[in-house]
Amino acid sequence: MFDTLAGRFTDILAGIRGRGRVDEKDIAEASRQIRLALLEADVNFKVVKDIVADVKNLALGESVLKSLTPGQQVVKVLRDELARVMGESAVQLKIGKKPDVILLTGLQGSGKTTAAAKLALLLRREGKKVLLVAADTYRPAAQDQLVSLGAELNVDVWRGKTGQTAIDIAAAAVHGESGTQPDVVIVDTAGRLHIDNDLMAEIVALKSAVKPGHILFVADAMIGQDAVNQASAFDDALDFEGVILTKLDGDARGGAALSIKRVTGKPIMFVSTGEKPQDFEVFHPDRMAARILGMGDVISLIERAETAVDESEARALAEKLERDAFTLDDFLSQLEQISKMGGLNDMISMLPKHMLPKELRGAEVEESGLGRTKAIIQSMTSQERQTPRLIDGSRRARIARGSGTTVTEVNGLLKQFDAMRKMVKSAQGKSKKRGWPAGFPG
Amino acid sequence: MSAIPANGWLSRVKSAMSKTRDSLAAPVNRVFGRGVFDDETWDELEEILIGADMGLTAATEIIDRIRRDALRHPPGDSGELKEMLQAAIAAEMIPAPILGKHDASLTVIFLVGVNGTGKTTTAGKLARRFADAGGTVVIAAADTFRAAAIEQVAVWADRTGAYLVKHKRGGDSAAVAYDAAAAAKARGADYLIIDTAGRLQTKAPLMEELKKVKGVLTRELPEAHLLSWLVMDATTGQNGLAQATAFAEKIGLDGLILTKLDGTAKGGIVVAVARATGLPVVMLGTGETEADLIDFDSNNFAAALLD
Repeated sequence: MFDTLAGRFTDILAGIRGRGRVDEKDIAEASRQIRLALLEADVNFKVVKDIVADVKNLALGESVLKSLTPGQQVVKVLRDELARVMGESAVQLKIGKKPDVILLTGLQGSGKTTAAAKLALLLRREGKKVLLVAADTYRPAAQDQLVSLGAELNVDVWRGKTGQTAIDIAAAAVHGESGTQPDVVIVDTAGRLHIDNDLMAEIVALKSAVKPGHILFVADAMIGQDAVNQASAFDDALDFEGVILTKLDGDARGGAALSIKRVTGKPIMFVSTGEKPQDFEVFHPDRMAARILGMGDVISLIERAETAVDESEARALAEKLERDAFTLDDFLSQLEQISKMGGLNDMISMLPKHMLPKELRGAEVEESGLGRTKAIIQSMTSQERQTPRLIDGSRRARIARGSGTTVTEVNGLLKQFDAMRKMVKSAQGKSKKRGWPAGFPG
Repeated sequence: MSAIPANGWLSRVKSAMSKTRDSLAAPVNRVFGRGVFDDETWDELEEILIGADMGLTAATEIIDRIRRDALRHPPGDSGELKEMLQAAIAAEMIPAPILGKHDASLTVIFLVGVNGTGKTTTAGKLARRFADAGGTVVIAAADTFRAAAIEQVAVWADRTGAYLVKHKRGGDSAAVAYDAAAAAKARGADYLIIDTAGRLQTKAPLMEELKKVKGVLTRELPEAHLLSWLVMDATTGQNGLAQATAFAEKIGLDGLILTKLDGTAKGGIVVAVARATGLPVVMLGTGETEADLIDFDSNNFAAALLD
């Protein structure tokens, strides 16, 4: 998308330069392209209208027309504008009086129970004592689910007694009946449709019973146009403080984030980014803006790299890459580093898709096999590690025997290695041709 | 299988959507009611389709086609125009009998999808439907990943009288499928429903695992009639296309179940999915009770989408 969006704008802008002025037709065409990009990302069509009206002039503004790479400059202007709409910076959750109560609400299947556990872990890491409250009395085994997650994370869970209502359970927990004296009480509630009057009345009653300091609306990043209906109905009923956006580890562009912020004025506060309990982060509007425009989350990637990679090692590696002398030995040491950065799949998922070779697009690399991968490389001779194309059929069989793996796995590794080299080469090719694309932090 | 009353679909969809019909009817009727077919009319109709998550490509193409047709055969009134649009949407959907024609004594329903779309609830509703038709049902609790997923499906098995095959949490889902296949054979079951863990289509190892589970089913039950259905949430936006494509490529799909149609989302993404993949929608989830699973009918769906 980023490529195509920037490319389409390059064409429009080339026309403008030729004539030396911007006319109505240019503005209409620019608006059309922006509309297309935002609709493809699931931004609500009414919100798209507003945003297009706001940015169409920016897109053909002076900073763009004077730029050497105007197509990319447009995307940067757009990204900045979307980030501005979603909030200038990350919004903190401020925990106050003890016990402070956080109420989670949302539709069925949006990921409330998982988010409750992840939020508990995040707050505990900040030194808070947390109590989880299992107040979803409707979905079969929902309470068991939270109890089980709490046990895994070593966080207390209060589920009340069988037959108690959600309000009884939550009120008891908030009034100290659990005996655990928490700093924060997180109440997980049943999923409900925003048009289900009975259940909406119940959550409003629950709010007045436990007087939460924070109400967070949990929304699935994959939702489409309906995001605005859901969010505004919940906001009207509960006046929530902010939003947790879940399932962002997929490839949904997440236009719902923009829609929700625009119609409720409430910020996205957290994002859930994976199946593991620690895959939960503070929301960054600039990163989300890039994602909506299909640019990937390069900033997060760079931040992680900075904390995980030793600078001199990185320079040595860069030199090797430059000379195309990257070997399986280097691959081995990279694997170690990659796992320090949260895993290869995490890294791949943060890159814009167009930077990846076909083999890695939408793909995921087996990470549990890291140990086996190491064993395979360690079963190679140093000559083989330096020159992988030497590894023929009989060598593959030997390596498989030596490492206790199969020839298929050895083949898989060699293919993976090849794909990685291609990825590096194509990224290099791009940076040589055009410099690091504008709009990316460099 | 028990026949769903002929008038059941529309009335249930309508009653499920009754809370929202007022607000939804407004824009459509305003557009049609104006009785003028100018640029603005077509733009607004296109927006209604986009607002139903049909996606820009499908919406634009459908509207362009109707617009051309309307030039050649001008609709007498707005009611006629609405019918043309309805028919055009319905024509995008592929009709398919729910279970297809087959002679197998055992039908296996393999339920897959991303997280939180309602696979387990759908498994429960299917079990109810099959049991009501007099069938013997086995459910496989093959979601061994999510906490308490096994307990959740166990509640459904208990409610519907289905026989449950389960392992411990964290177990191998392919092994659950293997045991479930054996149980279905031993009990002479008519239906085997496999509830799997939700997974995002971008997670290759998890998709690989799903393929393995299906491999076990085809190997262990070569005579059975196996149907792989993708369960999709009606609130899903354009990512639904990526979901359907990825699951179809990896394991092969026979159809879609669209859930949560009792909200305000219209589920128009399935029109885009049908156009891109040719996959039929087989059933719709319209509520939280066991009976809220109805057969798909493209005309009724198109009508509900515009109403």
